[in-house]
Amino acid sequence: MYAFNYHKPATVAEAATLAGKHADGKLLAGGMTLLPTMKQRLASPSDIIDLSKLGDLRGIEVKDGVVTIKALTRHVTVANSAEVKKAIPALAELAGMIGDPAVRNRGTIGGSVANNDPAADYPAACLALGATIHTNKRSIPADDFFVGLFETALGEGEIITSISFPVPDKANYQKFRNPASRYAIVGVFVAKKGADVSVAVTGAGDSGVFRQKDFEAALKSNFSAAALDGKSQSAAGLNSDIHADAEYRAHLIGVMAKRAVAAAK
Amino acid sequence: MSVTGIGASVRRKEDVRFVTGKGRYTDDINRPGQAHAYFLRSPHAHATINNIDLSAALKMPGVVAVYTGDDIAADKVGGLICGWMIHSKDGSPMKAGAHPALAQGKVRYVGDHVAVVIADKLSQARDAAEKIVVDYGVLPAIVDPAMAVGADAKIHDAAPDNTVYNWHLGDKAATDAAFARAAHVTRLDLVNNRLSPNAMEPRAAVGDYDEGTDGLTLYTTSQNPHVARLVLSAFIGLAPEHKFRVIAPDVGGGFGSKIFIYAEETVCVWAARKVRRPVKWTSDRTEAFLSDAHGRDHVTHAELALDAYGKILGLRAHTTANLGAYLSTFSSSVPTYLYAPLLSGQYDIPAIYAEVDAVYTNTAPVDAYRGAGRPEATFVVERLVEIAARETGKDPAAFRRQNFVTSFPHQTPVIMCYDGGDYNASLTKALEIADYANIGKRKAEAASRGKLRGIGISAYIEACGIAPSAAVGSLGAGVGLWESAEVRVNPIGTVEILTGSHSHGQGHETTFAQLVSERLGVPIDNVAIIHGDTDKVQMGMGTYGSRSGAVGMSAIVKALDKIEAKAKKVAGHCLEASPDDIEFKDGKFTVKGTDKSIDFPSVALQAYIAHKFNGQELEPGLKESAFWDPTNFTFPAGVHICELEVDPQTGVTTIVKWTAVDDFGNLINPMIVEGQVHGGIAQGVGQALFEGAVYTKDGQLVTASFMDYQMPRADNLPSYNIAITKTPCPSNPLGIKGCGEAGAIAAPPAVINALTDALGHEDIAMPASPLAVWRAARKTMAMKKAAE
Repeated sequence: MYAFNYHKPATVAEAATLAGKHADGKLLAGGMTLLPTMKQRLASPSDIIDLSKLGDLRGIEVKDGVVTIKALTRHVTVANSAEVKKAIPALAELAGMIGDPAVRNRGTIGGSVANNDPAADYPAACLALGATIHTNKRSIPADDFFVGLFETALGEGEIITSISFPVPDKANYQKFRNPASRYAIVGVFVAKKGADVSVAVTGAGDSGVFRQKDFEAALKSNFSAAALDGKSQSAAGLNSDIHADAEYRAHLIGVMAKRAVAAAK
Repeated sequence: MSVTGIGASVRRKEDVRFVTGKGRYTDDINRPGQAHAYFLRSPHAHATINNIDLSAALKMPGVVAVYTGDDIAADKVGGLICGWMIHSKDGSPMKAGAHPALAQGKVRYVGDHVAVVIADKLSQARDAAEKIVVDYGVLPAIVDPAMAVGADAKIHDAAPDNTVYNWHLGDKAATDAAFARAAHVTRLDLVNNRLSPNAMEPRAAVGDYDEGTDGLTLYTTSQNPHVARLVLSAFIGLAPEHKFRVIAPDVGGGFGSKIFIYAEETVCVWAARKVRRPVKWTSDRTEAFLSDAHGRDHVTHAELALDAYGKILGLRAHTTANLGAYLSTFSSSVPTYLYAPLLSGQYDIPAIYAEVDAVYTNTAPVDAYRGAGRPEATFVVERLVEIAARETGKDPAAFRRQNFVTSFPHQTPVIMCYDGGDYNASLTKALEIADYANIGKRKAEAASRGKLRGIGISAYIEACGIAPSAAVGSLGAGVGLWESAEVRVNPIGTVEILTGSHSHGQGHETTFAQLVSERLGVPIDNVAIIHGDTDKVQMGMGTYGSRSGAVGMSAIVKALDKIEAKAKKVAGHCLEASPDDIEFKDGKFTVKGTDKSIDFPSVALQAYIAHKFNGQELEPGLKESAFWDPTNFTFPAGVHICELEVDPQTGVTTIVKWTAVDDFGNLINPMIVEGQVHGGIAQGVGQALFEGAVYTKDGQLVTASFMDYQMPRADNLPSYNIAITKTPCPSNPLGIKGCGEAGAIAAPPAVINALTDALGHEDIAMPASPLAVWRAARKTMAMKKAAE
């Protein structure tokens, strides 16, 4: 790890000012990606702006058919939340599948979404559930938020404060893990709300999370696994590595989507 | 059997220390004034070093010194050695390229040692290393052993075609004749995948120089501290043995990787004297992936000849073994004498011929890893036998039984003389536990759920406790493979055992104490096992090849025999009887036929106060030492059966049942043996399904972290069904064989035989990852469709 300046602001406004001032600085939430990267000297931020003092960024609220999770809420809290389990069980299950217990006890939803790791789980839930990402400056629909690999619509000095998820009729998340890292090789989140069906895929795309519109169209007319028979995901634009080539990922997207539809509740 | 004696499942004494964080590992050792070493490693697989500019690095804060290969050369520090001479078919000695501790003129793999920075703090050393400017001339690299001969990359001048040796074993003419009259020949091409050892504790070293005595001390993560001292002293020339102490304290796993003498500890000891400060290095995990000696990495073509009745007539194999960029300490022996002599398996095979071409590549050195050669041999034999049974329409279990060795001693055509065993017994028991007879029903039930179910047998044999010394010497070993022990009985009857074996997870502090408890009738808490320090233990060859029980404990038995004989003399004086009339049982010396007795602690005290005997006729004290050189290897054997299911949709393989029936001879602590079997199976399943060290074509290690290198985890494995059969080993006094490697040897072919049974074809390589199995299952589904 290289040396850096450390800040621990008491308010979101103060954090935003610091972030705006230090162009090579980084916001620290759970640190589950940032800290290992710094330890390996792969990241060398000039300043660390530690958000841990921002107590008002923690908590979960379910109101008027919307689950709102504040940005510094840890994965373990979401996974164990009775309210989330009741409103969107698929979201609680997803949180329980992130990393390992140590990661779930430190990692936060805001950190995960802001980082937009192409193999992260939350981005799939955000896209499929039609979530809104709230920042200190504005509210951004999920469809406009995830821009590319580790890239989001967040501007300088912009900090996620909460994420709100409309409660669907049915949803499920199926994750096929990288056997070594246990990140998603393919993760498919399927959500149905009224006549709308969304299918979001993480882990596979070479520019990060994406929606599978062909699958969505087929499922809108018939929400059943059988509706996806004969539908296939193209391997173009999918990642290849030693654990999974693009063809295998494409196939798994179909398999995981079917399983998610079958398991949706 | 007493509650703490031989055969009792005593809880491990050392675990209290380990599970409460009170172990003392090399990285826990900090010496006054200690500086830290950081190694600048090559980013290239193969390159000339045209220039190294240290000027900026030397100006960095906290830097004590920066050294390169030039400094090593100037100080005439010897190169790292390979301690087993192999001769090629033509009689020429193996071609060992120079292996300096810091590269001289050229780097040969990613991770090779270019320079060392020594600084007050590790972070300072690392910062300074980033300021070293190296001008590399990148050369073509070769990583695939099958393509090494004739490659553009010329790795060592001493080996112009990248060949270390072309070795062979067995009778070629007799084997060719067997194939000429065969009714059926089974042919197999396979790759034995390359593995990273991944001990939980990474390697570490602290070099310490005492100006007052001109003495050097090395604290190191070693499986064999005396051998480390011998090599560093006699060959690398850092200090004479009497001024050189090597301490291997608690060591957190080795699996072979800590047998070897590496560049890092060599440099720490050398540099400590140069900078007049202790020098410490601890590997990080990526350094471990890059620079710990890897295992396996064979490419083999093998054939099995059968007569018309299914009797095996002959076996022949050609293997290309990747030894990496340099010859590691025992690397040359692994694909030769630890491999080909096991190609007879549990079978009566009249003719065997094996050829092994060992090659250099631009990869980390390859050396012994849990099983070392024997897993590679077992994979060849058990895959061949399985496929031969399938090809000839025979039940794989019955086919094995038809060809088992059934009478002992059995001389194979490849050196080994099996001294005992009962292969039918373990097969019968394993088939029963695995419910082999009803596999058809379970396959049908799995098929109804869309799953492919398969069962696979592995009837393995291994050779442990490599010996005797004269025999291994005749095969090229540079050392003897005996073991030493010293038994020190203290005046109040507590006992210290000094052993040349080294425990790095095996539980010696418990099992060795159980032996003493059994023999002397003392509680195990009154027995201390001392190991891992060349200043304390007289001599030793260390722990590897499942030798600590069969060889290390046999040495203790020999010393205990001497203790008992001496104690009887002392007891005789105390009881006023002839030593010949003294019986020793349950910790008590009794005059035969009387109730006159004296207990062991009292005899110990009498031995030291020497009041009851003439010190000129009988030496005071009660301390004996012994060296034990075995008469033969030991031959543990057994049958493992794997049953698994494949999800053809995802390629995920799930092991549903594991049966292991092992014959380890007599057991000292069945619980510890079972633990060794558990760990071994996990590692063997890891090789079969998960683990693979992967280099890109230009020699970058893709699997340089746990993000890409998959270790077996608890949720990858089922509960095991473990049983034993017992034929005591006739070649050592305790009748024990060795259990440390069995699981890792047995498991890979059991898994792959089960997987190919499930798939209905043989087209799958290790590691059978979900991706690989998915591809193979597509072939299966296509075959099924074509058959419909």
